[in-house]
Amino acid sequence: MNARTLPLLATMVIFLAAYAVCYVQFPAMLSTRVIGNLLTDNAFLGIVAVGMTFVILSGGIDLSVGSVIAFSGVFIAVLLRDTGLHPLVVFAMLLVLTTLFGAAMGAIIHHLEMPPFIVTLAGMFLARGMAYVLSIDSVPITHAFYDQLQGLYYVMPGKGRLTLIGAIMLAVFVAGMLVAHRTRFGTNVYALGGGVQTARLMGVPVQRTTIRIYALSGFLAGLSGIVFSIYTSAGYSLATVGVELDAIAAVVIGGTLLTGGSGFVAGTLIGVLIMGLIQTYIIFDGTLSSWWTKIVIGILLFAFIVLQKGLVWLTSQRGLAMRGGPGGTR
Amino acid sequence: MTAAKAILRRVAPQLLTLAAVLGLIALVHPGFFDVSIANGRLYGSAIDILNRGAPVALLAIGMTLVIATRGIDLSVGAVMAISGAVAAAAITSGIGLVPTLALALVTGIACGLWNGLLVAVLGIQPIVATLILMVAGRGIAQLITEGAILTFNHKGLIFFGSGAFLGIPMPVLIWLAAGLLVTLVVRRSALGMLIEAIGVNLRASTLAGINARVLLIAVYMTSGLCAALAGVIAAADIKGADANNAGLWLELDAILAVVVGGTSLLGGRFSIIASLIGAMIIQAVNTGILLSGFPPEFNLIIKAAIILVILVLQSPTVRTTLAFFRRDKASAEAKAETVIQ
Repeated sequence: MNARTLPLLATMVIFLAAYAVCYVQFPAMLSTRVIGNLLTDNAFLGIVAVGMTFVILSGGIDLSVGSVIAFSGVFIAVLLRDTGLHPLVVFAMLLVLTTLFGAAMGAIIHHLEMPPFIVTLAGMFLARGMAYVLSIDSVPITHAFYDQLQGLYYVMPGKGRLTLIGAIMLAVFVAGMLVAHRTRFGTNVYALGGGVQTARLMGVPVQRTTIRIYALSGFLAGLSGIVFSIYTSAGYSLATVGVELDAIAAVVIGGTLLTGGSGFVAGTLIGVLIMGLIQTYIIFDGTLSSWWTKIVIGILLFAFIVLQKGLVWLTSQRGLAMRGGPGGTR
Repeated sequence: MTAAKAILRRVAPQLLTLAAVLGLIALVHPGFFDVSIANGRLYGSAIDILNRGAPVALLAIGMTLVIATRGIDLSVGAVMAISGAVAAAAITSGIGLVPTLALALVTGIACGLWNGLLVAVLGIQPIVATLILMVAGRGIAQLITEGAILTFNHKGLIFFGSGAFLGIPMPVLIWLAAGLLVTLVVRRSALGMLIEAIGVNLRASTLAGINARVLLIAVYMTSGLCAALAGVIAAADIKGADANNAGLWLELDAILAVVVGGTSLLGGRFSIIASLIGAMIIQAVNTGILLSGFPPEFNLIIKAAIILVILVLQSPTVRTTLAFFRRDKASAEAKAETVIQ
């Protein structure tokens, strides 16, 4: 066990402990039905959080994802309503569009040397504005193909349903882990998060990597929009406000360092599940109000950030000692 | 006289933009500048911009200082909700106007203290540190209002939202006074310069003997206080505290106002006056879109376009390129002159 994996372990312990507490109070919580719902209800958040993990690992931030999800929903709904295109064609168009959108933000961040925060803030306004322009009202999606998609699920032992969108989220997480740890792009992302100057000197293609990171985040936000439209059967320009904050929170609770360079995609999955678990607990309890979700998430955020700070401090102290500080040898 | 000239030169782009926006509105909506007096208060579209822009203007004052230290305060919207809820809860419990106001403002300062401690003592990135309160803040506000919209009927408190003094609406007076006071404090003392020093290089300024820790905490507390003032005005305006919607996404408008005002997000030189004009530009665009009959949906796209233009103008790359061309031109002229001689 070292400082790199400790936040991930802490997240896992908290998740298991929280689940144990829930199980003691409500034995019904430990059923595949609840687990299935946990995966289905948080599918869109999980997918977008994978993209956010890459962005944060590289030391950036992407505020536009919530708006992109809303835009995606409206885009799909309006195109299906007004044209005779097959949903799959619409999906492909959308994914190309959001990927290009992300890549454009990445290019602006790299070439204008401006903070990702303000660039993606412009992206957030633009995507939400485009969604408004397409339609202000909620547009229902009524397509036979959508009914088919919603009807796809695998019945787990115990009659829990692993729905298509839950499975997509799990697949995205597996793909994300492979990309992060088994490809050159993944290594470059970690290197960028460690320090842009260092990465450049090591020969990391900074421009290409930055653009790809935000393109990936845009692509996953588009995919998340598709999943959200399957989940709600509608496109609404006011939907998913503030999802970017939930995604950032999930990434941090998952043990990823917000300054970049250290963290795991797997941790983000557990972060998403912890947030889902809090909501499930509140629903089971029935007397607690939903605002407790926000407060508990805030407390968890604080705890993890302080934990990470402490670890970073400890490692730097150890580094000092090794370099010949008190008790060290030269 | 030279100081006034320097300020004017600094805010000239913002003033020109504001004039252009107002001119455009006046073109499509004649009678925009008409001001009438009714019930001892000024009325008119132009006055409305000043009045509606009050919360963003107040937030922009604190945000300017925070951004000058190379920080950012995402929690101001949530702090508005919290202090609005505190004000409503206090006034309905009947403790009187002055204690209510004091309680609401102290709440805001306490929120700022929390942010400041996280940033200055624990050394957490400002975006992350203030994100905690942004996420949890609305939950806390709802805890205070117990989930409902807490309404009140106290004339004294409502006065801060819809009252007028000498014909000028109270919100306008409050943001003008707050802006003037903070500007005087930071510019008539060395504080402003020290804040800029922290923003330019935290380590160097600490080595130079600036107590960066205390100054950072004070800056975040100022931001919290400004947010509390805005929260009280917002609550007094609707005669109730709405934990869900009070100040929602205003932190982004406030950041935009500061950026429009020309203060760099990379810290350093700041101008509160320019930020206040920036806030008025944003409000003028909002009001202008409504008055001109455009669908309000275009509002966000226009804001995105504004940010994009500013990004290009502020970008270090573009600046060095421009400086390069300018120097090129200057040296070419110098050469031409030597040839003539």
